[in-house]
Amino acid sequence: MKTKIGVYICHCGGNISDYVDVKKVREAVKDIEGVEISLDTMFACADSSQKQISDDVAEKGLDGLVVASCSPKLHYPTFSACAERGGLNKYNYVHANIREQVSWAHSDNKEAATEKAIKIVKAAIARVKESAALEPIEIKAQKSIAVLGAGVAGMRAAKELADLGIQVYLIEREHFTGGRVSQLDYLCGADITGKELVTHLYEKIHEHPNVTLFTGAEVIEKGGSIGNFKIKVKITPRFIKKECNPEELKKAIEVCPVEVEDDFNFNITKRKAIYKNYDSEYPQIPTIDNKNCTRCGECEKVCSSIDFSQKEEILDLTVGSILAATGFDPYQPKDGEFGWGIGNVVTLPQFRRIINMCDDKLIYKGKEIKDIAYIYCVGSRQVDGDNKYCSRYCCTATLYTSILTHKKYKGINSYHFNRGIRTYGKQEVIYDEASRLGDIFLQSYEYDPPVVEKVNGKTNVKIEDILTGGREIEVDADLVVLVTGMEPRNDCTIGDVLKIPKGRDRFYNEIHMKLRPVETVIDGITIAGACQGPKNIMESMNSALSAAAKSYSIVNKGELALEPIIAKVDKKTCIWCGKCAEACPYDAIEMIKENGKEIAEINASVCKGCGMCLPVCESNSIDMDGFTDVEIESMISVLAES
Amino acid sequence: MNLSGNDLPKILVFSTEKISDPAIDMAGLLKLHYPPRVYTIPIPCSSAVKPRWILKAFEQGFDGVFIAADGTDCPYGESCTEKTGVVVQRTQEMLKEKGIEPAKLRMAAICSVCSEAFVKQMKNFTEYLVTQKTN
Repeated sequence: MKTKIGVYICHCGGNISDYVDVKKVREAVKDIEGVEISLDTMFACADSSQKQISDDVAEKGLDGLVVASCSPKLHYPTFSACAERGGLNKYNYVHANIREQVSWAHSDNKEAATEKAIKIVKAAIARVKESAALEPIEIKAQKSIAVLGAGVAGMRAAKELADLGIQVYLIEREHFTGGRVSQLDYLCGADITGKELVTHLYEKIHEHPNVTLFTGAEVIEKGGSIGNFKIKVKITPRFIKKECNPEELKKAIEVCPVEVEDDFNFNITKRKAIYKNYDSEYPQIPTIDNKNCTRCGECEKVCSSIDFSQKEEILDLTVGSILAATGFDPYQPKDGEFGWGIGNVVTLPQFRRIINMCDDKLIYKGKEIKDIAYIYCVGSRQVDGDNKYCSRYCCTATLYTSILTHKKYKGINSYHFNRGIRTYGKQEVIYDEASRLGDIFLQSYEYDPPVVEKVNGKTNVKIEDILTGGREIEVDADLVVLVTGMEPRNDCTIGDVLKIPKGRDRFYNEIHMKLRPVETVIDGITIAGACQGPKNIMESMNSALSAAAKSYSIVNKGELALEPIIAKVDKKTCIWCGKCAEACPYDAIEMIKENGKEIAEINASVCKGCGMCLPVCESNSIDMDGFTDVEIESMISVLAES
Repeated sequence: MNLSGNDLPKILVFSTEKISDPAIDMAGLLKLHYPPRVYTIPIPCSSAVKPRWILKAFEQGFDGVFIAADGTDCPYGESCTEKTGVVVQRTQEMLKEKGIEPAKLRMAAICSVCSEAFVKQMKNFTEYLVTQKTN
């Protein structure tokens, strides 16, 4: 029983104290028997607060520690480390979650939230009184990592991990690498194209002995846990032999009679059922679109490299960590949204492809384009829709696109119908350059957006411009460009397989945007790039490096220190019925004879601490460290108090 | 339902640290409100709940006990849900013997992203327990 317990209650800068009366919580627990010190603190996680906690542990000789703050997923490691720094075994630390499970969950009822917080802190004190000092268990961790998605973030992470000596399995759902960036012909602030950037990264991973790339591959099952994830990867066939004849393949593409919308060019062109998106695309082998191929056999007549006998494969891989960099989808406007569907209205991604296809004159549907109206925040910062977030990249991308049109074509007039330009950081110079080139900026509030209509055969954009005091301004545009934002992947099967939680924006959610920005609540799974939320290329690359560093830290030693939460048998009361051994999924329990009596023995190196043996023991001879009867039942008693 | 304070039934939730606890945390993050007299005790796996803990909860004054089971996501193996189901069934029989309505012990799979499902479960369970209290 602990007699010198330190209790620290965090305000979380108002996240807790705006809804929970923290002073009242402290008053309620300060005189509990065994509580040596009780304090409330504005930010328990601040360096100064951590130092105070560890100093108190050391100086006052605390034998138990409770911090009531946010979710243990976020700061259990922080405060258990404080305990250790002060010389206390970290298993004599108990974390009380009074933010996610109290102040935020009950922000609608402050009185009830305070009462609940008091109970939860009291229960934590009751538990820490009964806690035992334990030592961690070491397990082997696979020195391999699965990187999901071979876009720029995935390839950058793969290269970094491979350079650090980790075996990387780079798994790409499409048959080609590069992701969304390969669709970009120019990059703002860079002298290379998106395709060149993708090629550069591909060459780095292609020549690296530590990277194994799977294209047309998808993770369909995940088992195991941190250090030892077991994943099943489904590999769909390309239907083209590895050793192929490029000239024959060109002919095969020519003779293919099937034409479908080319989603690589955002449906503004057509492609064949056997295709490659662009010449320098990697891997250099085309693929056959199984969904649209009619098996007419025309390609086989001219190309010996076609192989329809290829079958789907399932691979089993074991990895220590999983890094998901599965990207985003561009927002697809709804019919009628800012004139979508009336003819000369395109999205920004489509417009960028059109620019790439037009050399001297900007032509769309046979007509030369001079007056361009850009409408911002389409699918972002929505008032009525789900996408409340800013997509971050689009203001800069649009202004840079506008500058390019001025440089590439003569007589272009650009009108920017915006809701406030967000060219943050150094990107302000792009805004400045577009302004100097004569671009006109018209601004509206979110509840009064511009209106796009067909008037006398022309596309008219009307706005009440707040920059000119609410004057109604109209522009007849040759082309309207909808500046569409980013959305989470429409097909997010992988998120369901990995069980990565999503935030309010429906992108994958990190544990904490500042403190643990690439970790998910699933231990061992990290996220990078735009699957986590809208990012530009540089931000995606940075998050990829961060996620790579975090995943590396999990596997690099080849072993992990796991919680020493294992079952233990009371030899005096055990009468060996064998039910615990039947319940154990790891065969960690066997019968031994001790002093002529048959009893159960638990193999500590095999036991995973699941507790499945606990409820089946009729003589109640099994307890689990950290979850003993006295600990759990003391919490129940406190929580049940009126 | 229009109850507040001590009129609300008290529910004990056994929640798994790796699977259902993140969902309950996310319910808070998303400000999805549920009745405040819901108290959570984290455990490694739902199949580790001892019947005596559940009986203790009822003895001490909890009106209902909810086990947030891992379902197929359990990191400890596929047998978890089945084993949890056996524990629940066995404990419900014990409750019956003690004259406690077995339906006051519930179990449902709550995965790491099932925040809305958890809130719905808590609201429904509270409503059920209110009807039990008033009948």
